[in-house]
Amino acid sequence: MSQKNRLQSGGRINRDQPMSFVYNGKNLQGFEGDTLASALLANGIDVVGRSFKYSRPRGIMAAGAEEPNAIMQLGSTEATQVPNVRATQQELFDGLVSGAVNGWPSVDTDLMSYVGKVGGKIMPPGFYYKTFMFPQNMWETYEKFIRKAAGLGRTSYETDPDLYDKVNQHCDVLVVGAGPAGLAAALTAARSGARVILADEQSEFGGSLLSSKETLDGAPADAWVSSTVDELGANKDVVLLPRSTVNGYHDHNFLTIHERCTDHIADKAPTGKARQRLHRVRAKWVVLATGAHERPLVFGNNDVPGCMVANAVSTYINRYGVVPGNELVLMTTNDGGYQAAFDWHEAGRKVIAIVDTRQSPKGACVAKAMDLGINVITGSAVIDVAGAKRVTGVSVAPISADGDMVTGSVTKLGADTVASSGGWSPVIHLAGHCGSRPVWNEEILGFLAGPTVEKRLTAGAANGEYTTAGAIAQGIEAAKTAIDALGKSAVDVVVPATEAIAQYPAMTLFHVPHVKRTALAPKQFVDYQNDVTAAGIELSCREGFESIEHVKRYTAMGFGTDQGKLGNINGMAITAKALGKTIPETGTTMFRPNYTPVTFGAIVGRDRGELFDPERFTAMHSWHVANGAKFEDVGQWKRPWYFPKAGETMQQSLDRECLATRESVGILDASTLGKIDIQGKDAREFLGRVYTNAWAKLAVGRCRYGLMCGEDGMVFDDGVTACLGDNHFIMTTTTGGAARVYEWLELYHQTEWPELEVYFNTVTDHWATMTISGPNSRKLIAELTDYDVSAENFGYMDWREMTVAGVPARVFRISFTGEMSFEINVQANFGLHVWEKLFEAGEKYNLTPYGTETMHILRAEKGFIIAGQDTDGSVHPYDLGMGWAVSQQKPFSFIGKRGMAREDCVRENRKQLVGLKTTDPNVVLPEGAQGVFDPKAPIPMPMVGHVTSSYWSANLGHSIAMGLVKGGLDRMGEKVYYPLADGRVIEAEICSPVFLDPAGERQNV
Amino acid sequence: MFHIYCPHCCEHREEEEFHVKGQAHIARPVDPEALSDEEWGNYLYFRKNPRGLHHELWVHNAGCRKFFNVTRDTVTYEIKEVYKVGEQPSVVSPADKV
Amino acid sequence: MQHYSGFGLIKHSLSHHENWQRAWRNPTPKKQYDVIVIGGGGHGLATAYYLAKEFGVTNVAVVEKGYLGGGNTGRNTTIVRSNYLWDEAAHLYEHAMGLWEGLSQDLNYNVMFSQRGVLNLGHTLQDMRDIHRRVNANRLNGIDSEALDAKQVQEIVPHMDCSANTRYPVLGASWQPRAGVARHDAVAWGYARGADAHGVDIFQQTEVTDLIIEDGTCVGVRTNRYGDIRAERVGSVTAGNSSVIAAMGGFELPLESHPLQALVSEPVKPILDTVVMSNHVHGYISQSDKGDLVIGAGIDGYNGYGQRGSFPTIEHTLQAILELFPIFSRVRMNRQWGGIVDTCPDACPIISETPIKNLYFNCGWGTGGFKATPGSGHVFAASLAKGDMHPLAKPFSMFRFHTGALVDEHGAAGVAH
Repeated sequence: MSQKNRLQSGGRINRDQPMSFVYNGKNLQGFEGDTLASALLANGIDVVGRSFKYSRPRGIMAAGAEEPNAIMQLGSTEATQVPNVRATQQELFDGLVSGAVNGWPSVDTDLMSYVGKVGGKIMPPGFYYKTFMFPQNMWETYEKFIRKAAGLGRTSYETDPDLYDKVNQHCDVLVVGAGPAGLAAALTAARSGARVILADEQSEFGGSLLSSKETLDGAPADAWVSSTVDELGANKDVVLLPRSTVNGYHDHNFLTIHERCTDHIADKAPTGKARQRLHRVRAKWVVLATGAHERPLVFGNNDVPGCMVANAVSTYINRYGVVPGNELVLMTTNDGGYQAAFDWHEAGRKVIAIVDTRQSPKGACVAKAMDLGINVITGSAVIDVAGAKRVTGVSVAPISADGDMVTGSVTKLGADTVASSGGWSPVIHLAGHCGSRPVWNEEILGFLAGPTVEKRLTAGAANGEYTTAGAIAQGIEAAKTAIDALGKSAVDVVVPATEAIAQYPAMTLFHVPHVKRTALAPKQFVDYQNDVTAAGIELSCREGFESIEHVKRYTAMGFGTDQGKLGNINGMAITAKALGKTIPETGTTMFRPNYTPVTFGAIVGRDRGELFDPERFTAMHSWHVANGAKFEDVGQWKRPWYFPKAGETMQQSLDRECLATRESVGILDASTLGKIDIQGKDAREFLGRVYTNAWAKLAVGRCRYGLMCGEDGMVFDDGVTACLGDNHFIMTTTTGGAARVYEWLELYHQTEWPELEVYFNTVTDHWATMTISGPNSRKLIAELTDYDVSAENFGYMDWREMTVAGVPARVFRISFTGEMSFEINVQANFGLHVWEKLFEAGEKYNLTPYGTETMHILRAEKGFIIAGQDTDGSVHPYDLGMGWAVSQQKPFSFIGKRGMAREDCVRENRKQLVGLKTTDPNVVLPEGAQGVFDPKAPIPMPMVGHVTSSYWSANLGHSIAMGLVKGGLDRMGEKVYYPLADGRVIEAEICSPVFLDPAGERQNV
Repeated sequence: MFHIYCPHCCEHREEEEFHVKGQAHIARPVDPEALSDEEWGNYLYFRKNPRGLHHELWVHNAGCRKFFNVTRDTVTYEIKEVYKVGEQPSVVSPADKV
Repeated sequence: MQHYSGFGLIKHSLSHHENWQRAWRNPTPKKQYDVIVIGGGGHGLATAYYLAKEFGVTNVAVVEKGYLGGGNTGRNTTIVRSNYLWDEAAHLYEHAMGLWEGLSQDLNYNVMFSQRGVLNLGHTLQDMRDIHRRVNANRLNGIDSEALDAKQVQEIVPHMDCSANTRYPVLGASWQPRAGVARHDAVAWGYARGADAHGVDIFQQTEVTDLIIEDGTCVGVRTNRYGDIRAERVGSVTAGNSSVIAAMGGFELPLESHPLQALVSEPVKPILDTVVMSNHVHGYISQSDKGDLVIGAGIDGYNGYGQRGSFPTIEHTLQAILELFPIFSRVRMNRQWGGIVDTCPDACPIISETPIKNLYFNCGWGTGGFKATPGSGHVFAASLAKGDMHPLAKPFSMFRFHTGALVDEHGAAGVAH
């Protein structure tokens, strides 16, 4: 098909650079500089989509972000599929593959439209709420069919091959929109020495001037645009961002800009390039120069392809050299609308009539139309459109001066295009994102940005100023205001001279009357994407949905991907009229980000996969990997879980690791435990306040285990703290709790006890920690140090500084296994060296590396708790049977003391941590199993607590478990039953959680 | 995203560097054991949670690690003032004398 | 009340839908009510509905400062489930679940309760322990709940990345088949219509400016539009604004009101049939009947009544979603917004008497409010009708924060959505 609607000359397209593209499987041609929409119009494509509810054929309505109908599927490969691209915003590139998103078998011949035609009558707003209720339980079946109609485009089924970037920016002035006002604002700010970002959603700067025939200082408008852009481009303090939509305005002048870097080149970004970028901008001032959207009028069958917004007609002609039809009827309430007819006429196609809704408009525009010989029908409106897949004609009728009713007989005119203009709506979306409510302005018949606490200014059409000179002046003024506030001196910019044309007052009209009342009239669409009609809005008001938010939600007005850019104001006006209120009384809905949709990938940037959350590795990580460790995620850390040997099951590995440790010596990488260095003369006092136990007498060279509680008395962390000097301690925390504990200590020090002289520093990453544990551990360490590690010189719960494997080390005689243990801490950089030396020396002792799972088993054999596994924020130390770790004698009321004395904390029958011995010693209780005293009780069964830790103990030859049981500490020897999902009921006996070496003889040697 | 002036670093930084810690000026009772369960519960859990001016505690955890106070409007999110721990706010709503 | 049905739609189509009755009246207030419910969201309207329908208290007013369902009811991600850990919470939410099943028929209003199942993913060994603990508790409490491994999860959600190659691989999930989603606005409107039909007076755009308290007893409310309206009992069901109402009564609540954000994509063809939630990577997602991917984000840490939060929260949420669903990378976010969630320290609600006689509060639902709507309304109505707290409500007294008898859903479930 040739480009039958393409003009021979004119426009900003490059006719020397033809581009091939595919639409619905057809090969078509366009030119460089086209949008997909302009190319489709050039090729005479009328139907580009089907409506959501009624499957009505839809054509291109607009030329920008406000387009509701031309929603396309894009992508030449599966991996690069993009759903819901607005054809009016997609630049054409050679090889572009596009298609309509709905219609079966095709968008041209959609069988669903028959359902829409027949069924549409019984599908008023809210019909879902009124039906599909019977019989009960059938909703999901109905829903399956309803869901078949869901969605516009489709997602890809493959992983996105493209990269996305994010960039943080700071500027003095962010100018949003590069039309006349925005360019003027940016120029003024830049000349005044400000750091400026100028962003515009389009490929070229210039905004309305790109499709304007106006002159500035006697030259075509684009000459002013290019000289301004050139000057800005030469200024090193100015960042120019074309193809960049400022999509969100967040608190404290934080804005996000969605830049499409390569979407105009191909659907996959060139290698090494990011497809899109998200700019996160903190602006000292923001100038919104976002322009305005023309409002179409609401009239019968106003959705038939060929119905367009007047200004879009001008844009297609002037910017793209495309006349989207042959015979035009223009309906307008204002002088501005006339331009479309003039452009159409000038393009050499026929203007059938200008239908002016004003009773007797006068002035330059009307005169010009008359001069051109155009038939101007005044005091009338297009009340209905004929045609299905393309407009074939219109019905014109005289209307009353207030626009409320048809006052005369209907005249039919033949036409294939109906352009309408109901005035303009300033684009104030961004101004509303931070909660500012728009304010109705009767003069411009539109909403303006409301008051704000943000440093935000508005200029040009976004501020209701629709003349070019006025917009430029406002842009300059806004920039000056910002510059003054920034304490700089503003440099003047001269407003170029323009031809002022006197405007005849516009008429207030949104909804064109029909000879029949709305409910009986042909469908008059307000929101095209969601098939919301004037009748639907009136119905919702009749049913009591009177708040504009209710109207929106009941009819789905404004919920489309266009978010009601064309329709919302019309909808509000119709609502107001139905309720007998004014538009400001009816109010607006809230504007929310995004202005136009933003790719998930762009919001996520590079923070995916391994960068989703940083992976933390210990100094010995490479060794673990080389030795086949399986890893467990603990917080951000990758910890070895167990070290399987070839052919082993997990249980076999664990058995081997456990036995080797208790029989000879095992080694654990414990580097991930949090370590906090605490210094100061009041460090000891501080410890006494944050731990439940006593610290006053801990001697230098000694270690102590401590429990940490919240003010509620519940355990939240634990660990060993060693006394390095009288005013110097090193605290260890759980792996996951390190950051929380550190902040907690700082909180209490800085806000409650600033008088205490104490300093904290996190040193977790500074140290590599390896624990050798088992009866041969002393022999092993003795081989690597000259220090006397005998029990007499280096006893249980001591720590010593010594040289291990040639490097300085802190060694702690602490044990989490119940075996004789040495926890060796060295500078992280020496960690791997020492670890390898231990293995060299340890070979003869069968030194066995073990991971977190064996660590869990070994500690459970001893009844040692793991905070976060055996505790959950609802247990205090006495619940854990750890009253020995609570010193009620300390003079200061330590954190947690008062909390654990509350009524509920001292009551009988609290859940308490006990050991559990299964009656069948071979059965391992599943962790998380819930216990009951009476397994025959009916559902819901009274539960008494769950299994927190449970393992097979190779050392003991039977299973072991710990769990919470109501009143458990007083129920030793009693039975608890665990009914499982598979129907089994496991019987267990309540016992001490210390299964091995209750006297502690193995560790204290 | 808030832009918060850290009174210790003496510059504005992004909200991502900070943690908010809730209502400010809640002093830990000097003698907890003298308090009833109700009084202790009030200290632990009960909060003003105002709609409007709010004095709250923040920490510059990815910066200087210092705690400080912020007076902020919980509707407009405007930060009215920032002041150090131990200092009193100068912007106070009539109904909410600290 | 005009009966709604498919036949009704056909009949009304013949008269061009001009004869539908109002869903609710615009009444003028009486001087005295038996009960005033402050707040015309889902919970408040459900309270009024059950007061009138189940407990015979029809002299009831609902006073709403904005429009019905305009708070969190209309801003949430519509997830309904009852697989809570602790008995007290599980029984309350399961009570709600029982009412959800059959709610459309009861209200003669299709709330589109769609039991498409909810998955709560586990990504760490501790997550899986917590999942088993919760699933076992659910089962013994009579709540449908299963623990699944990664392979079973993959079968339910074929397009999710359940491989071992992600930063936090999916290890398994809890699965509640009876859980699902419902149409949020319809819940508010259905209850409003039902309450109105039973004689309840509903006042919109009417803000309570003060509580009328005489001798320590609440006897009514002062409004900006109708002056004083008196009542025997007053129930406040104002979610994020509860602390504001409490301040009128001169007391504080153990609440903080935080922004909770949500977002939707543009509509895409059906690709996700269930609700997927992950506390660990922190995001949750479902697909609406229109095709939007409905995505929830975490709570912003600061107090905020602005119905908006901070952008990094959205970024983190979408990072989580793309971790789970890398194929959504080229899908685009259409719209984001925020609600004001009133959060309790133990992530459980307050349904309670207060220091003021005859003044009752129902609040603190945090992120769990929508799913509880029918149950919350029902037990609160029972309590208001009798002046005595319903047994299911008793554990949720605000005074548990004095005794320490918290119901700590944070404990094992992380953040409960």
